Amino acid sequence: MLSLLEVKGLKAYYGQTQALYDVGFDLAEGGITTLLGANGAGKTTTLRAICNMVRTEGAVRFAGKDVTGMPTEEIVRLRIAHVPEGRGTFTTLTVDENLRIAAYTRKDKAEIQAERERVYSYFPRLKERVQQQAGTLSGGEQQMLAIARALMLKPRLMLLDEPSFGLAPLIVVEIFRILRRINEEEKVSILLVEQNAALALDLATHAYVLETGRVVMSGPSAVVKNDENVRKSYLGY
Amino acid sequence: MEQFLQQLASGLANGAIYACVALALVMIYVSTDHLNFAQGEMAMFSTYISWQLMSWGCSFWVAFILAVLISFVLGVLIERIILRPLHNAPVLSVVVVFIGLLAICNSMAGAIWSYLIKEFPSPFPKSSFGIAGVIGPHQLGVVLVTLIVLTLLFVFFRFTPLGLAMRAAAQNPQMARLVGVRVDWMLALGWGLAAAVGAVAGIMVAHIVYLDPNMMGGILLYAFASALVGGIGNPGGAVVGGFIVGVLENMVAFAGNQIEKATGVYIIGNGEKLTVALIIVIFVLTVKPAGLFGRVIVKRV
Repeated sequence: MLSLLEVKGLKAYYGQTQALYDVGFDLAEGGITTLLGANGAGKTTTLRAICNMVRTEGAVRFAGKDVTGMPTEEIVRLRIAHVPEGRGTFTTLTVDENLRIAAYTRKDKAEIQAERERVYSYFPRLKERVQQQAGTLSGGEQQMLAIARALMLKPRLMLLDEPSFGLAPLIVVEIFRILRRINEEEKVSILLVEQNAALALDLATHAYVLETGRVVMSGPSAVVKNDENVRKSYLGY
Repeated sequence: MEQFLQQLASGLANGAIYACVALALVMIYVSTDHLNFAQGEMAMFSTYISWQLMSWGCSFWVAFILAVLISFVLGVLIERIILRPLHNAPVLSVVVVFIGLLAICNSMAGAIWSYLIKEFPSPFPKSSFGIAGVIGPHQLGVVLVTLIVLTLLFVFFRFTPLGLAMRAAAQNPQMARLVGVRVDWMLALGWGLAAAVGAVAGIMVAHIVYLDPNMMGGILLYAFASALVGGIGNPGGAVVGGFIVGVLENMVAFAGNQIEKATGVYIIGNGEKLTVALIIVIFVLTVKPAGLFGRVIVKRV
């Protein structure tokens, strides 16, 4: 299958501190890949490096195009939707405004309107709260809004950072079910960073394990799931 | 009673000016967390530009519109050229640049147009405008022009995609980048708009305070007061704050005059207007530090 995203020899720095040493992976078009690892392993940094939100060295290719060093807003315009850690909504804007701003880079009004209806069909709860300020939504609703926001970009690739963070288990299940539907129905490829390894491995087809800024293991989810080290370290049995 | 209405009207007219300058301050503050001390001098410079255009033969309104447009462009350029290199600079460096900008605007205006005080025309016809004995033609005109400008800005920020993008960029720049907003340009646009709104205020007030390079000094202080009263991060609050400060200073002076008339004792009068404004600021900040309409920002650490 064709690679949508290729990352090679990725290094990233926060000031003088190096956070990534050598991260490399491929993401197939239409696939779901997950990055696993302990706190501080560099999962979030990897996502940020793809969008050039930290100082980065190495190579990131998206759909055959070298995007290394491009400004964040231009990378986004290639239809990479990043859902950052801690939800990433505009808290002082309404739900509706959040979705409108998400389609900022698109011009066709009718298409945007149709898109919005489709997004609401995934998240009917949001439709009930169109005029509410995003900051007043519950945690689960804010996460839904963040994903809905990402969908409005009509992305080819979605980068998701800890979508389960701080949410009740039932909500998490709901959100992951929606993610699977988005992948299947909208043909959106997904790169998922997740603390909850069991959940992530269920959803993803491929997995990469990071340790202190390096990829230490990779393979199809089923294989990674049965690896003894992964089981002990991340799955807890 | 008539005197009271007159004072109220002139308070509203002054308030309209303060509201504009306060709004200009807030527009830059919400997107950069900096207070632009040069806002008043920039407005003064814009006013000179309109004066120059008029002396070259433009009619008032042509000069007004051209000067506002030129100010917008200058505002954008100032951000792109002078402030862009300071994006990650400490606050104090930015403050010093603002003060430098203030001095540059002031001395450039003095060098080009001299420090002599000039008269500035009013575009509002004396005969058909205003309500006799209550509000003068220029005062009414100022209030109307300001309200039109504020309405246009409100519509722009509330209902257009670009306005929404600017709000998003101000609220959360990093997220704004992640939806494809070119945040740097939004900042420059904000500067342009602030300069344009300041220009409107300068051109409107010049007929009242006369044109000279120091005309905006006092007004900037009132505008700071207005922005603080309304809540420095809240554009609507800044506007309301402007009107509150404008009316309050006149009312206090009016009350002082009445007391003096009745008892012969001078307590407070026109000379103490600015003092009153500053006392209001201190009072508001003591009782309600976030301003009347400001939100208390809680930072998680």
